[in-house]
Amino acid sequence: MTILLPGTLTDAYRMLSDDPDVTPVAGGTDLFAHWPENRVKQSTTYLDLSGLAELRSMRWTKSELVLGALTTYWDVVTDARVAAEFPNLVTAARQVGAVQIQARGTWAGNIVNASPAADGVPVLLAYDATVRLGSRDGVEDIPLDEFYLDYKKMRRRPDQLVTEIRIPRRTYQRAWFEKVGPRKSQAITKVGVAVTVAGETWRIAANSVAPTVCRCPALERYCAAVAGAKGQPLTSPSDLLPAIRSDVSPIDDIRSTAEYREQVLARILFHALNDAGV
Amino acid sequence: MKRREAIDKLTGREAYIDDIAIAGVWWGCTVRSAVPRGRIRDIRFGAEIDWSEFVVVDHRDLPGPNQVAMIENDQPVLASDRVRHIHEAVLLLAHPDRDRLREARRAIHIEIDEEPAIFDYRVPPPADTVQHGGDNVFKRVRIDKGDVDAALVAADHVVEGVYETGAQEHVYLENQGMVGYVEDGVVTVKGSMQCPYYIHAALRHALARADNEVRVIQAATGGGFGGKEDYPSVLALHAALLALKAERPVKILYDRDEDMAATTKRHPARVRHRTGVTSQGRIVAQDIEVLLDGGAYVTLSPVVLSRGVIHASGPYHCDNVRVEGRAVLTNAVPFGAFRGFGAPQTIFACERHMDVIADELGMCPLGLRRKNLIQDGQSTSTGQVIRDGTDRIEILDRAVRDAEFHQREAADRAFNSTHPYLRRATGIATFYHGAGFTGAGETYLDSRAQVVGLATGEVEIRTANVEMGQGALTTFVKIVAEKLAVEPDRIRVAEVDTFHVPNSGPTVASRTSMIVGRLLERGCDALCATLGGDWTGDKFERELLRWHAEHPGQELIAEVRYEPPPGVEWDDERYEGSAYGTFAWATYAAHVEVDLRTFGVRLLDFVAVQDVGTVLDEVLAAGQVQGGVVQGVGWALMEECQFVDGAMANHNLTNYSIPSSDDVPPVRVVFYETPYAHGAQGAKGIGELPMDGAAPAIVNAVARATGARPAVVPLTPEVLMRVMGSA
Repeated sequence: MTILLPGTLTDAYRMLSDDPDVTPVAGGTDLFAHWPENRVKQSTTYLDLSGLAELRSMRWTKSELVLGALTTYWDVVTDARVAAEFPNLVTAARQVGAVQIQARGTWAGNIVNASPAADGVPVLLAYDATVRLGSRDGVEDIPLDEFYLDYKKMRRRPDQLVTEIRIPRRTYQRAWFEKVGPRKSQAITKVGVAVTVAGETWRIAANSVAPTVCRCPALERYCAAVAGAKGQPLTSPSDLLPAIRSDVSPIDDIRSTAEYREQVLARILFHALNDAGV
Repeated sequence: MKRREAIDKLTGREAYIDDIAIAGVWWGCTVRSAVPRGRIRDIRFGAEIDWSEFVVVDHRDLPGPNQVAMIENDQPVLASDRVRHIHEAVLLLAHPDRDRLREARRAIHIEIDEEPAIFDYRVPPPADTVQHGGDNVFKRVRIDKGDVDAALVAADHVVEGVYETGAQEHVYLENQGMVGYVEDGVVTVKGSMQCPYYIHAALRHALARADNEVRVIQAATGGGFGGKEDYPSVLALHAALLALKAERPVKILYDRDEDMAATTKRHPARVRHRTGVTSQGRIVAQDIEVLLDGGAYVTLSPVVLSRGVIHASGPYHCDNVRVEGRAVLTNAVPFGAFRGFGAPQTIFACERHMDVIADELGMCPLGLRRKNLIQDGQSTSTGQVIRDGTDRIEILDRAVRDAEFHQREAADRAFNSTHPYLRRATGIATFYHGAGFTGAGETYLDSRAQVVGLATGEVEIRTANVEMGQGALTTFVKIVAEKLAVEPDRIRVAEVDTFHVPNSGPTVASRTSMIVGRLLERGCDALCATLGGDWTGDKFERELLRWHAEHPGQELIAEVRYEPPPGVEWDDERYEGSAYGTFAWATYAAHVEVDLRTFGVRLLDFVAVQDVGTVLDEVLAAGQVQGGVVQGVGWALMEECQFVDGAMANHNLTNYSIPSSDDVPPVRVVFYETPYAHGAQGAKGIGELPMDGAAPAIVNAVARATGARPAVVPLTPEVLMRVMGSA
């Protein structure tokens, strides 16, 4: 195992472009799980980002909340302003692993680990977040919604580093996030869903129900229509199933079943909509 | 009294086998089969490794028979020509560097010609999968009391049910680990274990050595739950074989993945009930069939089956009982001892079935139980007459009162009728657990313990029973300190080392405090007898010092042997008589909330009421109950061993979930203390009982909350969704 220690962001960009096999590491909570049996991980060269002060900040602009690449879940949990304006971020962060993981794990790391079960990603998607990638060649902004291509595949070149996550500031009427796991805490998600409503615009993003965490456009349209009294009122969870089936493709795996994931997604949304008077 | 090893554990000073540095030690690892059944054709050693650096052990290196000595010696220490399960040990490697060892393991290819295997214990084995006897049955057990067939015909109602329980992983905090070395010609192993003399016997047998040529020492043990009852014999043999061939100490430590994949689990079980009842709810016939998945080798399955069968009819009186039990072979990693030892499986079935009977009769489940609970003078399924003075009805009523069963029933009904998706209810289970070895087991064990009067005026306890987190060390000291009325710090406990402590039997079967504790009390008596009087306190110490002054250089050892309580007789052929010296009795109540969106079950409250005889230490006893309940919650709701070709696919803590502290409310523990004349200070067994009650109480609550009839644990949300879909 080799660890590269860049002094500056410029160093980091150079190291990444010199060797396309370098893996950037922030908190390490995903990369170092199952250590040391995994030989692939043992022979990897890591780029340690933890010393890069440029990536550490979490800041507010007039129009955005900007999470630096080293912003941890805990940074968000402990920020009252985030809780007030983007409550879903706090709700999701509190359900990632245990406090130790929340204190080390980063939002950017959660994005690039690209797990379909990532707990940080649905809420970012539902808040329309954008990923900023930096490299020696400059910066590139990609909407998170367009970032994933397929299972563990994303629009990040090996020489690029996620430097920021930018979340637009809007007025939301509603925001909720539900995570269903095998137990109350320290669990990997079987099915999860984040929802925001801004005016008539619905954003619904789900995890563990497709090869990537994904937006659910059919569900968004369906819910917006029902809420705007343009559609049939909801009578049962199964009303949502056609939209769910067009948006997601759950599978049977070691953690749950396709049928369960689909049914529970429908039931959570149905009751959430009911609670909201939709 | 302060817990003996508390400070060492809290400060991290306690040295587990992984912490003990040994000069010149090499690391050992195991090369395992990747297929469930077949003939070993070839073993190829990759050319990329310099094998001269390694010590390689195979079945030919065994000095004695290639057998792990246990009930039947059918399990090889290392597979020779065939394998019977995935992860079966074939080769052992040792090397000074652990990374090189991992690389070497990956460079070995065991080629096996696969043969047909069987994985479903519930189906009759196809002829080409028969591997044990003529029918793959490891053990049959049958209880026959009265005339079941006639009673079923005469009964007003016959209620049937089939119940299934899954495997369970122990998840002791400390993985299995053992070091082997040869010292002055003595093969010595040291590690994490519950039963040093089981290991001693296994080493003597397979290494063909005399009693005094093998030595077993227990290191601090971070949890066992039965997982360190039988498996450490295998691991100790592996460490010893490597040490013999390497001519240096060799340590084998399993990581969590290997530990969960390759070591034993709780036996999966299916239990069928056919119960005859009168219209008033009197049980008149119990016809029960118990089937256990034994896995690929016999290990402890016969005795697990035995305990399961004896507990299958529950703590109820019935004149006509038939229980037919079988443990069968499958090509799964062998199942083994786990807290409760067969009883949790059959008690789940019995207690779930009681609620189904109550449903069918339109009776209250409490009333049905009150009507049938054994009363003093009545007998169990084996004809053992219970006359222990325990108020079993009061235990039930206390649980009902503390759980506010009736008040909550009304409140829950109101809640359930208005809440869009949450449903609440309380469920209960009444049960018993026999303490100590089954039948004549304790007599066969012939346990010995020593109480030694030291020349310093202190007293030393010598037993082979281990501290593994349950508090045995503290309890032993307390028993002796109170018996002799001396300060606990004047009492030492000898290291568990077969060179220094007698065989007081294994640390299993809820027997340690009750049986070995009682031996220590008798040991104190014997010591005092040598000192010429019934001394206590300062007087005792003075007499002890005087004895040593009169016998300079001599040891004052009082050794006592187990004696069965009078009137305890057991017929192992007919399964009749006193199955256990005594039983602990309990009623547990679980208040749950089912989320109909996710089919998740949340535990809101848990009340555990039991009579375990005299409580020797309130804190330790409550800890046993709470821990057992939590283990039961996991088994009931989330701990699912997913088997693929007989091996656990989710053999890691990422995908095998045990309850977190968020999943369990405070467990409210109540003790009744009806003393048992033959246990230390009147104690009965406590360790396993709490594992029995949580699953049926919880699943009964889920049934009452939802109106569905779940009959399976673990009742995962996915399973409950299916049950409710078909309800």
